Formats: sequence, C-alpha cells, structure tokens
Amino acid sequence: MPRRFPIGAIALRWSLISGFCVACLLLLAAFNRNAPTAQAAPLPGLHVRAIPAFARKYGLPCSACHTAWPELNNFGQVFRDNGYQLGNERDSPIWQNPSYFPITFRITPNWHRESTNNLAVDSIPGGGPGSTLVAGTVQQNGFDLSGMDLWSAGTLYKNISFVLLPSSDQNASWHFESAFVRFDNIKGSSWFNVKFGKFELDNLISEKRFLFLSGNGGLYQSYHYDVPGTINDFGYGDNQLGIEIAGHSRNSYTRYSVSVLSSNDGNPGFVSGFGTPANRGYDVNLAFSQAFNAGSLGLQRIGAFAYIGERPTYFETSTTPDGSGGTTTLQLVGLGNKPFYRAGVAGDFFLKKLELMPLFMYGHDNPYLGAGLSSQSALPPGAKAPAWAGGLLEGHYYVNTQNVFFARFERIDVSQQPFVNAGFPTDYGNVRAYSFGYRWYPIMFSRAGLALHSEYSIVKSNGFLPLSGDGSGLQIFSTANPVWSSSVMLGFDFDF
Amino acid sequence: MKTKIAFITMALGFSLVFAAALPSGLAQESHVGPLTGNASSGKPLYKRFCIGCHGPAGDGQGENAPWIDPKPRDFTAATFKCRSTPTGTLPTDDDLDNAVTRGFVTTNMPSWNPLTPQQRADLVAYIKTFSPRWKTDKPGIPIHIPAETPVTIQSVLHGRELFQKMECWKCHGPAGHGDGPSAATLTDSKDQPIRPYNFSTGSRFKCGQTNQDLYRIFMTGVDGTPMPSFADVIQPNDAWDLVHFLRTLQTMHTPELALWQKYSSEHASEIKPIGPDAASGGN
Repeated sequence: MPRRFPIGAIALRWSLISGFCVACLLLLAAFNRNAPTAQAAPLPGLHVRAIPAFARKYGLPCSACHTAWPELNNFGQVFRDNGYQLGNERDSPIWQNPSYFPITFRITPNWHRESTNNLAVDSIPGGGPGSTLVAGTVQQNGFDLSGMDLWSAGTLYKNISFVLLPSSDQNASWHFESAFVRFDNIKGSSWFNVKFGKFELDNLISEKRFLFLSGNGGLYQSYHYDVPGTINDFGYGDNQLGIEIAGHSRNSYTRYSVSVLSSNDGNPGFVSGFGTPANRGYDVNLAFSQAFNAGSLGLQRIGAFAYIGERPTYFETSTTPDGSGGTTTLQLVGLGNKPFYRAGVAGDFFLKKLELMPLFMYGHDNPYLGAGLSSQSALPPGAKAPAWAGGLLEGHYYVNTQNVFFARFERIDVSQQPFVNAGFPTDYGNVRAYSFGYRWYPIMFSRAGLALHSEYSIVKSNGFLPLSGDGSGLQIFSTANPVWSSSVMLGFDFDF
Repeated sequence: MKTKIAFITMALGFSLVFAAALPSGLAQESHVGPLTGNASSGKPLYKRFCIGCHGPAGDGQGENAPWIDPKPRDFTAATFKCRSTPTGTLPTDDDLDNAVTRGFVTTNMPSWNPLTPQQRADLVAYIKTFSPRWKTDKPGIPIHIPAETPVTIQSVLHGRELFQKMECWKCHGPAGHGDGPSAATLTDSKDQPIRPYNFSTGSRFKCGQTNQDLYRIFMTGVDGTPMPSFADVIQPNDAWDLVHFLRTLQTMHTPELALWQKYSSEHASEIKPIGPDAASGGN
C-alpha cells in the first residue's frame, strides 16, 4: 500500500496557525485608531523574483529552486548562475513545448495599515485660521494593491540567456526593472559569463528575492541608505545599468562578479536618481562568496562586496533668456565627480530549518557629496566626509515547504555627520528597524504560486523620514525627535 | 505533583504510541561514502524537490508525469537503469547517489549536485522506502571493470565489427542516431515507447560520460529497457573495443574519433557500411 503525505492534516493545522497569526496582526492593526488620517501611504513596488514560467518549463515545484519563493536555494542559485539552464540538454528553446510562453506575473492584493508619527500636521484640519503645525501621527489603512512584475526570462539559445522585467507601481506606471542578455559558460567555463544591461547587483543577500513586502519592511535600509543631507542617490539595492563578468564553480559554492556600471543608480536616459543629468563616470562593484557544506546543518555561505562609485557635484549648464526678462538654466551633464564607496560582508547560514542571514555594511562619501557643494568651491569649515555603518540580521524558520516564519532586525549608525557642530544630535540619521511575519503557501506545484502573507514592521529614524514610502512628501515636525513608522500587511501574494 | 506525574506518563505513552506508529520504512538508511543517509531526513527533501515528477507515492505518477517524456522513474518497482551491479539486481547506494548527483541528460531529471552530499544521501535513503524489495533483497555486487585497453585503430575497427555482429545497429541505427529498423517498436518495462540512445546528441550518456561508464552500461544493461546486459556475451577486451568504436559516433572530439577519421579518409574504399546490407559485418 503506497504511503502518502498527510496533506489534509498538515494543511488543517497550518491553516489554524496562519489564521491565528492573521488574527494577531489584525489586533495589532487596531491600535492607535485615534490618529488623524492623511493620504494613502504608498506601498513600494515589489520587484521581487519568482518565476513559475521556469517551473512550468521544467516541471519542477517552486520549492525546488526556492527555500520559500521568491528566495532562492542553492539549486535555484546554480540554475540562475548557469544562465537559467539545468544542463540536461533540454534548455534551448528548440526543446520547449510550442505552447509554452516564458511569462510570469506577480501581484499582491492586500490590506495594509501605515502609521508614522512626528509629522507636521495642521492643528485644525484644513489649515484654517488659528491652525498651526503640530506634531501628529498620520495613519491610514485599507485595501490596496502592490505593484506588479511582468517578468520574462529564459534562454535565447544554448548558453545565451535573457531577462526582461517590466515592473509597475500600483497605479500601473511602468519602468524596466531589469533587462539584460547574458552569455553563459563562455569557452565552456562556468567561470566566465558576461551580462549586459540592467540587473541586480550580485548580492549574497538579495533584496529582490526576500520575503518582506510591507511598506516599512519591504526594503533593506542599508541597501538604500545615504546620510541625510548628502547628494548621493546611490542605493546598493537598486538595479544598475552596465556590464558584469561573473563566474562560479559547478555547484556555485564559489562565486565572483565584477561589474562596471553607469554612475546614475540604474536610471535609463542618462538621468540620476534625483532626476538631474547623470555624469559620464563609471562605478565598479565587486562581489565574492564562498559556500561550504556543514553536514546535516546544511549549506553555509559567506561573502564580501565592495562598490566604488562617484557622483557629480555640479553641472554643465546652458543659460538662455526665458522671454520674460529672466533666464532659464538647463543642466546638461554632471561634472565635478566625487567618490564614495560601500563595502560589507554577509552570510547565509543554515541550522537545519533555521536560516540566519547577517550583513554588515559600511558607507563613506566624499565631503563634497555630504555638503552638497560644487567641487569648484572650497569646503566650508566643519564639513566632513559622511560615514555610516549598518547591518542586519534576518532569520527564516522553514516549518516545511509551505510555511515559513521570518524576522529581521536592522541598525544603521551614522559615524560621521556631514557637518560637525551643525546643531544636530549625535544620533541624527540613525535607523532601527524591526520586521517579522509569516507566509503560508497553500499550493506548491509547478504551475503557479500563492502565498498568504502577513507582516508587521516598524522603523525608527532619528530626525528624518523613514526610507519607506510611508509618510513621504510630508514634513517632519522635529528633527530632534525620532520618527516611528510602522506597517501591518496582510495579502495574497500570487504569481503565474 | 500528581499532575506532573500524570503529564509525564501521558507524554511517555504518546511517545511510545507515536514511535510504534512510525512507518518502518522511514528507518531506512543509505551509506554513501562516509555518509549515512536517513529516510526521515530525506522525506521533506523528497517533498521539496522530487514529488512533482515522481509523485507522493514514488510511483512516477507526479503531477507533471503526464507531460514528461521519458516518464519519471517508478521507485515502487525498484528497477533502475544506471547501476554498477549486474542486471536484475538492486543498485548500490552509491549508484543511486550518482544518479541523483549526475541527473539524466536529455530527460527532465536535472543534476542535483547543488544539494549537499548529506541531502543526497538522505534522499537515497528515502527513495529506498518506496519498495519492499529493499528489505528482502540486497544490492548486487558491483561488476569489475578491468583496465582500459589502448585506443588503437584496430580496437576501433574491431568494435565496429562487434557493433554490426551484435546487431546494435538494429536499435541504435547504423550511424548511432537511434534510428535503427527496430527503434520504432521498442517499449520499456511499463509498455511505454522508448527511443534508443542517439550517440550524436551530446557528450554525455544517461549513465555517465567516461569510457568506464560506457563499458559499465552494456555490461550491466539498462534495466527496465530493451537494452540487455552483454556481460555473458562478450569478453572484456571486446567490450573495450566496442567502447572505442561508440566514441567515434559522438560529435565531440575524442581520440577515437580522430583515429577513425584519419583511417576512414585513407581507406574509404575499404569501409563497408553498417546495417542489413553488410554481408558479414566488418569493415
């Protein structure tokens, strides 16, 4: 008599647990209902990666490539490193079923609640006579949509792979999150692969494949942090434009990459992240990681990375009469480049079902970037090179392939403010972030994915608005006090 | 105090009942090199990686099986293609581990080399729980593979004679393209149509890629397919000659192919075609 997995019993047990978690999060969400409401706080675009198209192509369940989708396990990492090829002589498009089409979409209808304090709000709604700006907590909640990924990837030919990822925000404003062609296993060597286009940096801990989706938890603070006041638009978590040479051992235990990238944070059209003209410079990213087998504990990986870049401090301009007696100055090209760098170490450690991912990162900018001054001018007294140290510790507990608990703590400390004696507290710019959640995958097969996602996250940012979308556009009431911003999210995350 | 004793008693009772209720199959172990694999650890791995094709019961009836050709292995039959053991016997744990690690080229079974050795050993242990044969039979004794004979043109030509004489071409085709006159009629042990190996499709065979692997394949046979074992039919030296000839059928650059190309360019008129038109085989 063939044995079968007790699917029904497990599903019932975990649906009860997930229901309990959802109820707890709903209770959390009910707190602080007296806060004034404001415009709906946007949820950041997800930009996350899980590709059922590959599962459909190869007939493998989601769990073959993902610890819990979208995070990759080592089998998925090898598949990706090998140019989306399994190496079974069935990868080339010529072997594909003609009805197969390599398109995946992903979106997350959700209910979420966002709350941020220490914001400047009118004491009288509408700002009428007698109204003054006071410190207030802005809170909003309701049903919403995430952004959407429309993601295509695969092989154009044996050892030529591609990715095309148009991505939208929740209002269907589209951009190209990724678009590249990759030449794989050049000269028959897995150590030589070339990628050209827009792509994610070769992070050991990928923000594009992590499990967090909420407004405050849906980004790694360190990956997007710049000391407040600097004119550096760089975010390590942003996809970049350029060329990458990468290599890996057959099992991807050893990996390296060297990238040369445009100095504009991945924005197409020679434009920076601030919307100003880009410079003509190039940045470099280096990454290396090594995995080792720890027996029954699982696969352990450590790695290091460094990003060396430069950003403009002034612009070549064109000043012309505006027809009304004044002049209009157009910025043309970024000039006066000044350097910055980010460097760090990271790990991915398994203790059987528990996965721990620590990251330490150090950031350093040129004083001109910190002061926001043209390099043609002299630095004012007290101007310093802003520097910060950040890190995170993320943990996942995989109960089984269909249930995962996750949590994360992040910390960023500014070790050098852009100006000394500028009147800011010494901890100005520091960040603390806490997130935790639970995902339940009620189905696990090779056609599509569905997850019930529940998450709570809270961020404390000293003297400035948090990096998340929550509260953006609003004015902080007092830079002397921290801003607390929290998110509760419940949603159905699905892809096909 | 009474409550505590009652609780401990209940816990012990439940533990005993639970232990007794455990499927005995999950006590299965594998031994791969220095590693000991445990079926209980292999079960969640099987569910994560294998269940989609091989099915919850290991019978090859996973959700993707209808769309897969060739069909996924039925572990309940305990019949395995790639073995180091004689035909009809169970494979060794190393054989199963090699298959999981290597994958099967030109099929949907990928290489699971990215898994850790311990994970693969655990999977092997779990795979062995699907058939009672693993409790009653022992794996066969791996065949002995003698040292390879020198690669010479004489060896290649003799191998070519054997390819004709043993009628390998009837299935694999005169040029080794898997298009022999019997090819269309072949079925496996589950009556599924099966195609003979096409030697021109790549550098690897389903059961390995070295000359030793190729030698092993036709000395052990490919169980569950029409490919028999030739262990009782040919001598080791003849088997090596056949290996050397088969290498000339592949598209990759091999020493055997280089020898054959040189010979065939110089002796084109002496070479007789392989197949039904060849009166008595030979070159």
